[in-house]
Amino acid sequence: MNLILASVVSLGGIGALSAVILYFIAQKFHVEEDARIDEVEAVLPAANCGGCGFPGCRAFAAACVTADALDNLSCPVGGTATMEKVADILGKKAAAVVPTIAVVRCGGTCEVREKTNSYDGVKSCTIVHNLYGGETGCSWGCLGLGDCEVSCTFDAIHINPETMLPEVDEDKCTACGACVKACPKNIIELRRKGPKSRRIYVNCVNKDKGAVNKKVCKVACIGCSKCFNVCPYEAIEMGNNLAYIDSEKCKLCRKCVEVCPTNAIVELNFPPRKTKIEEPSTTGTEK
Amino acid sequence: MKTFKMGGVHPPENKFSAGKKTKIISLPQQVIIPLRHYSGNPSVAEVSRGEIVKVGQLIGRANGFISANVHSSVSGKVSKIDNAMDAFGYKFPAVFIDVIGDDWLDEIDLSPEVKRVCNLEPHEIIKKVAEAGIVGLGGATFPTHVKLSIPQGKKAEVLIINGAECEPYLTCDHQLMLEKGEEIIIGISILMKAIRVKKAIIGIESNKMDAVLNLEKWAKTMEGIEVVPLKVKYPQGSEKQLIQALTGREVPSGALPIEVGAVVQNVATTFAVYEAVQKNKPLIERIITVTGKSVPEPGNYWVRIGTPFTHIIEETGGMPQDTGKVVAGGPMMGRALPSLDLSVAKGTSSILFIPSSESKRGKVFNCIRCAKCVFHCPMGLEPYLLMNQGEKQMWENMEENRVMDCIECGSCSFICPSNRPLVDYIRYGKSTVGTMIRNRKTQKS
Repeated sequence: MNLILASVVSLGGIGALSAVILYFIAQKFHVEEDARIDEVEAVLPAANCGGCGFPGCRAFAAACVTADALDNLSCPVGGTATMEKVADILGKKAAAVVPTIAVVRCGGTCEVREKTNSYDGVKSCTIVHNLYGGETGCSWGCLGLGDCEVSCTFDAIHINPETMLPEVDEDKCTACGACVKACPKNIIELRRKGPKSRRIYVNCVNKDKGAVNKKVCKVACIGCSKCFNVCPYEAIEMGNNLAYIDSEKCKLCRKCVEVCPTNAIVELNFPPRKTKIEEPSTTGTEK
Repeated sequence: MKTFKMGGVHPPENKFSAGKKTKIISLPQQVIIPLRHYSGNPSVAEVSRGEIVKVGQLIGRANGFISANVHSSVSGKVSKIDNAMDAFGYKFPAVFIDVIGDDWLDEIDLSPEVKRVCNLEPHEIIKKVAEAGIVGLGGATFPTHVKLSIPQGKKAEVLIINGAECEPYLTCDHQLMLEKGEEIIIGISILMKAIRVKKAIIGIESNKMDAVLNLEKWAKTMEGIEVVPLKVKYPQGSEKQLIQALTGREVPSGALPIEVGAVVQNVATTFAVYEAVQKNKPLIERIITVTGKSVPEPGNYWVRIGTPFTHIIEETGGMPQDTGKVVAGGPMMGRALPSLDLSVAKGTSSILFIPSSESKRGKVFNCIRCAKCVFHCPMGLEPYLLMNQGEKQMWENMEENRVMDCIECGSCSFICPSNRPLVDYIRYGKSTVGTMIRNRKTQKS
C-alpha cells in the first residue's frame, strides 16, 4: 500500500512540477502571431499543393494577412469562394480570379505519330528528354511516360493508354501548375478555362519546318499561317514555324479551327457545328 | 603493367575486327555534313545553295572560341542547308552536298610521301590545326586548337597520346596505329612543339601489342616519345584514368588535365594534326569500325565525314537479320540510334550491330546495397546513392556527392546485379546540377 502511495505521489509530483515548468516556458517562448493567420488558414482547403506560389496553406495565410491588398494572391484550389471568405476575415477586397486550367498541347497520338524506335529504359519523361529525342520522329512532342501524372496531387491528369497522351480532368484540375513544371518539353500550359469551359488552342509545340513535321505527325502544326490570316481578333502569333493562340485575346469564334489544314487547332467543349466541313474537328482531351 | 588505381570493369573485348586492314568506303550520292559538333557552338554555314565545292573547301566557319571549322568531304554541288537528325534524335543544321566526282583543293598535298620536317612556330601550328577544323576524334569532339591553347598561368609538362581504345568491339584506333605509325609519331612531335613540351607518352592497352611495337619502332626516330603498354581494363582510355596510369598524377575534382601539366590527345586526332600541318588537309575523313557478333565480316573502313549510315551499311554487307540495336560507338558509352537516317560525324567511331537477344535491358530490381558500383567506379563515387538522390530530385545533395565528377563510363550500370539504371539518373542529375551551377555563376557575376 505504501509503495503504491509512494509511486502515485512521486510521479504525480513530477508531473505537476513538469506542468508548472512547461507553463512558464510556454509563456516565455510564446511566438507572437497575428491571430488572423489561424482564422484564414481555417478557411483554406489545406491541400498544401503550392499552387498559390507559397510553401503550404499556412504560408499563404500569413501572406494574405501581411499583404496590403489581395490582388496578387489567389488560391487556385479554393477559387473565388475561398478568396471571398479570406477577404471577409481580413476586411480586404478579393480580386476577381479568371479560372485557368492545364492544357496539354500535343495531339500526337499513337495513331497519327508513328514510332520509329523502341525505348527500353527508365520510364520517366525527364530521363528520356535528357537522353534523346524520343520514340517518334517528332523530338518536341509528348513522350507519354507520365511525369505529369505523377506530379499531380489532385488526380486530375492521366495518360490515356490508347493514345499515350495525358488527359486533364476538367473538374479536378485546380491549375496549380505542378504538371507544367514537371513536363520537360513544356507541352502543358495554364490557359483560360473559358466560358462554359470552352477553349481553343494549337495542339502542337513543334518548331521544325512544316514539311518535316507533316512526315512525322499527321496533326502537326506546319506553320502555314492560315489561322493567323483569318483571325479577326489578332489573337494568333506565328513564330518558329508554329502558331500560338493567346487565350486572353481569343474570342472563341472558331474561324481558325475551320481553316487549319492539319487539324492542329483544337476546340474543346463546343457543340457540334453544322457540317460545312468534311472532316470533323478534333475534340481533343475532355473527360 | 601500369593501370589506374581505382575501380574499372572487364567487359568482354569482342575485338572481332582487330587487324583487319582498312578498306575505303566508296563515295555516296549525297553527304550530309553536320554544322554542329557535340562540344561548343555550332558553326555558321559559309556556302549557299547551288554552290560548287571541292574536297577540303570550308563550308562552315567556327562560331566563337569553342567551335570548329567544317570542311566539305566531297566535291559537288550544295543541295541545301537544312536541318538533319543527329544521333540524339534532335535536328540541327547541316550542309547537304550532291557528290560530283572527287575534286580536291589544289593546296592539299595528296602525295603518299611522309613529310617528316615541320618548321612552324607553335602558334602557327595551332592556327593550322584550328583552320583544319580538327576536333577530338576520341568521341567528345572538343575543338583541338582550344585544348592546345594553354591558358595563362598554367604550364604543360607532358603530352599524353591516347591509344588505349578501351571500348569493346572498337578497333579503328588500333588499325590506324598499325597502318600510319610514322605519321602518328610525326603528329606527336608537332603537337609537342605546339604546347612546348619535351616529353610525350603513348598509352596503349596490352591487347594491342602489335601497335605497341610498331609505334615503338617509329618513336625511336624522334626525341622524347615513350610508348607504354597498359593493363586491359575499362575505362583506361578515359582522360583522367590515363593520366593517372601513365604519370601517377591525379587530376583534382572539377579541374582539367592541364592542372597537373598534362594534355591528352587521341591517336586519330594526332594523325589528323599531321595531315593538317604537313599536308594542308583538313579533317574530312576518318576510320570507323563496322562490327557486331552477327556481322559476317567485321572491318575497319575509311569514310568521308557526312556519309550516310545507310550507304556504309549497304557497302559493308548490310545489317544482320537479328539486329535489335544499332549503336554509334561502343557498347559502354556509345549511343543507340533512334533512326538510321543519319550521317557520319567527326566523332563517330563505329557502327555496332547488337543482336536482339542482347538488346533489351534486364528487369530492374531493388538496390541490394552490395556496393559493387562503389567498388568499380573509377572516379570513387557512390552511384547507388546518386541514383537514389536523383530519383528524389535532391540536387544539392547530388552536388555535394560529386555527381559532376562522373565521367559516365557506365561501369556502375554494367556491374550492377539488380540492373539498376544508375547512369540514367546520374546523367539527369549532372544536367540539372550543371544548370544550377551555371546559374549560380551568372548570378554572382
